[in-house]
Amino acid sequence: MLPYKNHQEKLNLIKSGKLSLLENVKYFLDRAEEKKDINGFNFVFKEDALKSALDIQKKIIQGNAGRLAGMVIAIKDVLALKDKQLTCSSGILKNFISLYTGTAVQKIIDEDAIIIGKTNCDQFAMGSSNENSFFGNCLNPCDLTRVPGGSSGGSAAVVAAGLCDAALGTDTGGSIRQPAAFCGIYGLKPTYGRVSRYGLTAYASSFDCIGPMTGNVDDAELILSVISGFDPKDSTSMNIEPALSGKDYEQTSKYKIGVPKEYFAEGLDTEIKLRIEEYISFLKNSGFEFVNINLPYTQYSIATYYILTTAEASSNLSRFDGARYGFRSDYEGSLADMYTHSRSEGFGEEVKRRIMLGTYVLSAGYYDAYYRKAQQVRRLFKNDFENAFKQVDLLITPTAPTSAYKLGEKSNDPLQMYLGDIYTTSANLAGIPGISIPAGVNKQNLPIGIQFMANHFQENKLINISRFIENNFKNGK
Amino acid sequence: MESKYEAVIGLEVHAQLLTETKIFCGCSTKFGNPANTNVCPVCLGHPGVLPVLNKKVVEYAVRMGIATNCTINKKSVFARKNYFYPDLPKGYQISQFELPVCEKGFVDIVCADGTEKRLGITRIHLEEDAGKSIHDQGSETLVDVNRCGVPLIEIVSEPDMRTPEDAYLYLTKIKQLVQYLGVCDGNMEEGSLRCDANISIRPKGQKELGTKAEVKNMNSFRNVEKAIALEIERQIEIIEEGGRIVQETLLFNADTNKLASMRSKEEAHDYRYFPDPDLIPTIISEEWKKQISDSLPELPDTRKARFIEGYKLPAYDAEILTGQKELADYYECVLKETNDYKSASNWVMGEVLKTIKEEKIEISDFPVSPENLGKLINLINKNVISGKIAKDVFPVLLKDNRDPEIIVKEKNLVQITDTGAIEESVDKIISSSPNQVQEYLSGKEKVLGFFVGQIMKETKGKANPAVVNEILRNKLNTLK
Repeated sequence: MLPYKNHQEKLNLIKSGKLSLLENVKYFLDRAEEKKDINGFNFVFKEDALKSALDIQKKIIQGNAGRLAGMVIAIKDVLALKDKQLTCSSGILKNFISLYTGTAVQKIIDEDAIIIGKTNCDQFAMGSSNENSFFGNCLNPCDLTRVPGGSSGGSAAVVAAGLCDAALGTDTGGSIRQPAAFCGIYGLKPTYGRVSRYGLTAYASSFDCIGPMTGNVDDAELILSVISGFDPKDSTSMNIEPALSGKDYEQTSKYKIGVPKEYFAEGLDTEIKLRIEEYISFLKNSGFEFVNINLPYTQYSIATYYILTTAEASSNLSRFDGARYGFRSDYEGSLADMYTHSRSEGFGEEVKRRIMLGTYVLSAGYYDAYYRKAQQVRRLFKNDFENAFKQVDLLITPTAPTSAYKLGEKSNDPLQMYLGDIYTTSANLAGIPGISIPAGVNKQNLPIGIQFMANHFQENKLINISRFIENNFKNGK
Repeated sequence: MESKYEAVIGLEVHAQLLTETKIFCGCSTKFGNPANTNVCPVCLGHPGVLPVLNKKVVEYAVRMGIATNCTINKKSVFARKNYFYPDLPKGYQISQFELPVCEKGFVDIVCADGTEKRLGITRIHLEEDAGKSIHDQGSETLVDVNRCGVPLIEIVSEPDMRTPEDAYLYLTKIKQLVQYLGVCDGNMEEGSLRCDANISIRPKGQKELGTKAEVKNMNSFRNVEKAIALEIERQIEIIEEGGRIVQETLLFNADTNKLASMRSKEEAHDYRYFPDPDLIPTIISEEWKKQISDSLPELPDTRKARFIEGYKLPAYDAEILTGQKELADYYECVLKETNDYKSASNWVMGEVLKTIKEEKIEISDFPVSPENLGKLINLINKNVISGKIAKDVFPVLLKDNRDPEIIVKEKNLVQITDTGAIEESVDKIISSSPNQVQEYLSGKEKVLGFFVGQIMKETKGKANPAVVNEILRNKLNTLK
């Protein structure tokens, strides 16, 4: 067990000499080795981590360390870090080394975080169970026969298993929130544009977000405040005051919370439903006002999401063609053969499925019926949420319809797998922030996640409600 | 041959913009650097990179849009054009599709017979250039990514041209405009200006268009004219023989002067255009548009009118002088020295252009400064030298661009207008040529030429011819 609850406590222990950062990093490295069967890491940067520990320990003692000084962070292997492998858990990039470091990663490095390694994930972040990885399945540390969720399964697993302090994940349709729920940790998907995407290997550019995955609310807030902000390298990033300091925490109990009935319909696991109701009554008793909300377009979220994201993906992944870098097939033949074989052999099945789907919806004759129509529906989603947030500050929903399922249970049925994203994709369609918080376990001892969503750039409300529950719920239990 | 067919021609012109850096990253656009040195993760299309629009590129496109009377769209959107090729690192080209930066403009051309034609411009859009595939280095194909991301504007014309000459004149106009605006150097041979032509034919009088073919790979103005003429001929021949035109893309081979089919319609790409989610829409405010508009240099048509009006030049002179911005600039610099507009025009259009053509140089490399040319003209007008002597001074100026007044003095070429000196010479000739004097006195006026020639010879051409004539006549007449 770690002798601290959050980063602030860790820093205090180091400053007072009660904790050696080097020992702390060694502990994580040993534990990562010990828990290798989880398969959460694609790469562990042992030497770099030990060296950083020494340097940063000094800085902390001298008092000139950054805000994340000594926080041991794992990053999802779709994020670029200079001179390190960037594989996206795909065979097509198995030997690829990045020439540069992406903005969010650079920001945590600049604040003296220690990057312990790169985490396993579904290939190119496509999947909900981490079963689409070139490096093999990642296992749920709570039950090794089950999936950790996806696509940021590795990031969730290494945090939940205590192999690091926190992780960066990416969320295109729930890939931070759903594995956080499956593994029992916090996962925050920021507003689209809050965090620069520079250095995030694109799956669906207008959906992708980088966000923190942590064991506590404070660390999630701290990491988010570090990685936020406009980046001249990302035209879609924005500079909106983070308002994350928690200074408006007193306002929390005045929040009006919406319950969208579409999120509690058929298909939702009964235990999860009951747990959320339990939380709602706790919050009601604490003085929160609840309102029933309609989000009528919810039923179209999966269809809309999969049309738009696969369209973008089909184009984003065109660069992996074997011509200039990455995997190239040995097959001898024409240029077209080289493309076909390199891509057929290099990409996993799910990636190929999505590239084909996306190519189809953008093709001449189908564009209007699929892509353009889906764009129009996306607009309606935004309107839906805009209307909702005129009435309420937050929405409460389940993160996923089930808890972590068995390995292989859904991997042969992509449609069932896609339906698991039903509660999370809407936030990405609308570009709004969402958080999954741990809400205990079910009878099988599997974690349950609850999701809150807020309006654009109101991550402060997500942080505040999460902190309120973290501080008060256990006591009220 | 008066044909019963009419050709319908539209051009797509790509112009490389003269920005310092690429359209979506900070790499240099410098031409001729070693292969794959003007590159970074962004233009190499590495995982995780994002494009960031270079504002200067938008400004340049708007300049061209204003100069071609286009509507400047307040909002324009970048789109991805998806296709696989090794010199296209991302597997798509960032271009514009549904909302280009400029639309619905026109340019006017003057045909050889003097008639004016207005040619429509459908759109001008922004895009990034692809890299270069090099096929002639052994068995492998090599790729140079330096050109990837160099900004281009594509200027798409309406199918308003009817002859290869129209196309030539349109292209000349586009080149003239991009050069005036300073947005492109307009060099077709080096590929900074590229042109594809869409050509179809139809019986004269028919409204609907025939099936078109696209001709690519024409790397000079004359080749464009030639290739279009060839393609029109080819299509007429097919129709005359009872065949049908197939929609296809043809490549022009300048060495063999032939067209070869590259791909048919069935093999055409489906580019799957869609808005690029990495870039936000480009918004051109009224204010920005006005700023760009105010900063535009004088355009060729305006300048031509000003030359006719202000310098009283014939339209022919004004057309030639303003044809090229640098030439018009040169001419106006000559005028800083002299106010003999017409003589200056004659010199620039005559000796200057002749030299440029013979030496195959650009006006920017022309060795005689406009200041010295102006001075030379002034020397003639002030009767310091004759026009004939000036023609002799000019080659000296070409060799070493010095003050012509000094050259004239050094070489002792100053015109003799001193009547005393000329009288002396005249007397000498008259006394040594009694036969010719007799001939003149008997009415043979023509013999006057002999005397003038002798006097010029005597004075090494420096005697002022008008003064010589006057004195000669006076002297001879006294002998009558």
